[in-house]
Amino acid sequence: MKNAKKLLRYLPLYFMLMPGCIYLVINHYIPMGGIVLAFKKYNFKKGIFGSDNVGFHNFKFLFQTKDAITITRNTLLYNLVFIVVGTVIAVFVAILLDELTGKFLKKLYQTAILFPYIISIVIISYLAYAFLNTETGFLNMALLKPLGKAPVSWYSTPKYWPVILTVVYIWKSFGYHCILYYSALVGVDREYYEAASIDGAGRWKRIWYITLPNLKSTVIILTLLAVSKIFYSDFGLFYQVPLNQGALIDVTNTIDTYVYRGLMQLNNVGMSAAAGLYQSLVGFVLVLSANVIVKRYDPDSALF
Amino acid sequence: MAKGKDKGFQMAAHGFFICILICILIPFMILFSSSITQEEALVRQGYGILPTKVDFTAYKLLLVDSTSILRGYGISVIVTVTGTAVNLLLTVLYAYPLSRKDLPGREFFSFFLFFTMLFHGGIVSSYIMWTQTFHIKNTLWALIVPNLLMQGFYVIMARTYFTANIPTALIDASRIDGAGEVKILAQIVLPMSLPILTALGLMVGLSYWNDWLNGIYYVNEDKYYSIQVLLNRMLLNTETMKKAAKSGLAGGRVPSVSMKMAVAVLGALPVLVIYPFLQKYFVKGITVGAVKG
Repeated sequence: MKNAKKLLRYLPLYFMLMPGCIYLVINHYIPMGGIVLAFKKYNFKKGIFGSDNVGFHNFKFLFQTKDAITITRNTLLYNLVFIVVGTVIAVFVAILLDELTGKFLKKLYQTAILFPYIISIVIISYLAYAFLNTETGFLNMALLKPLGKAPVSWYSTPKYWPVILTVVYIWKSFGYHCILYYSALVGVDREYYEAASIDGAGRWKRIWYITLPNLKSTVIILTLLAVSKIFYSDFGLFYQVPLNQGALIDVTNTIDTYVYRGLMQLNNVGMSAAAGLYQSLVGFVLVLSANVIVKRYDPDSALF
Repeated sequence: MAKGKDKGFQMAAHGFFICILICILIPFMILFSSSITQEEALVRQGYGILPTKVDFTAYKLLLVDSTSILRGYGISVIVTVTGTAVNLLLTVLYAYPLSRKDLPGREFFSFFLFFTMLFHGGIVSSYIMWTQTFHIKNTLWALIVPNLLMQGFYVIMARTYFTANIPTALIDASRIDGAGEVKILAQIVLPMSLPILTALGLMVGLSYWNDWLNGIYYVNEDKYYSIQVLLNRMLLNTETMKKAAKSGLAGGRVPSVSMKMAVAVLGALPVLVIYPFLQKYFVKGITVGAVKG
């Protein structure tokens, strides 16, 4: 009786949870059930659960092709480069921002470096196009031509794209990471710096012994979180920025673009689902592992 | 401290940041200048930082002679406003009970949310469900409902804010005064949570405004193109259009070189205009929630 009364008291709170629960079931849990697709030969008429079982056939097929290696390699290597280069640049800029005097300019710099982060990747693909287009692009017409160099057909030459994609990624997101590191530094007590100065420590010593140690935990946590997502890629960066060009596929195909093309363009549902499940499972293991490490290091920042 | 040395350092550091600003600015300048340059001049000289022969034909063609950009804006506004409103409602309604430590079964509902952030069923089965069961292909629902309507990450941000900023004693006191749960949420909790609601609203709004993934999966009729989807299609399709023009078809009349830049300017403009005013809320939203990404 008492229990029933207690639950009754909380009834409105349970009602509040309901719309969210329904959405989670539809948007997340039902598709989780749909992973059985990876083990089926999908037939539009028979539906997901009615389609014929084919066991591990889709996986066998996927891992026999060169594609599996290419998309895994691209996804992992790009992410690794992004993590390393991105962190170094963001930490460097954050420290510099912290060392600056002049409140107004500091604010201005912060505002500006964050801006590319909030612009959609579609717009960024136009910015890249303005630079890279063969006939009218800025690189060919304004830089290479005056130097007397032959124009480069950027959108059909794969060897440039690892660099181009890294530059675009850094351009878009270094400000975001920089603001995170910078906000970790704003919290550091200024008295440490003053005390160090009085003791005769120069700028580099102060950065080395005070600033960097204060950034350490943020760097570790953000890196671990990035590592946990290393099997996922920014679809827009790898699909829209290279304009979905077939000539570039070897260096721009990641798991996400592969799944999209399989599903939407090649109509290869089984293979797409197999690649998707491969991504989900490895991603799941990586998140769990990263969380265990974060938890050991800084329990407050752990996801669960 | 050697003052002279510090001055030198400050100058160098400011110089470095000015270089960064230039790197951020130049692409936008090329975009804007080229969009107001005459087509023939562009074809001759290529995209440049400064406009040479000023000409607004591209904008006239896009805004006066065609309705697709304006319709794209309209779709984007409808989707962003509706999506953000519903998202905030769902987020608050889920986050508030989770912030109540006395709620029986709280761990279950937390886990129910967390798990969706850890494991994904994949886009293939989602796609089949949304198109075959819910039939949202080529409807406005397609741009609003999949994936964006409630994001676990934002729910956790809101919950964390409620836990840290709403004293339990205040809630208990209101309940003793006879206020129901809905009233407590609407009249006490929410008014005290305006900073997080603003930050969340902005970030959700931005994710709707910038979204084009739902568009490329679920929409292929012109009339449902949001501005981002429209931009995506325009860039990928004028490539094919241009190829067709080269192989002898009459394609020379459309000033596609300057138009491409003009559509991108129109696409970026709303965010560009709004951003400076709301910048501090973005920074707040990012720094509050980021570590729990």
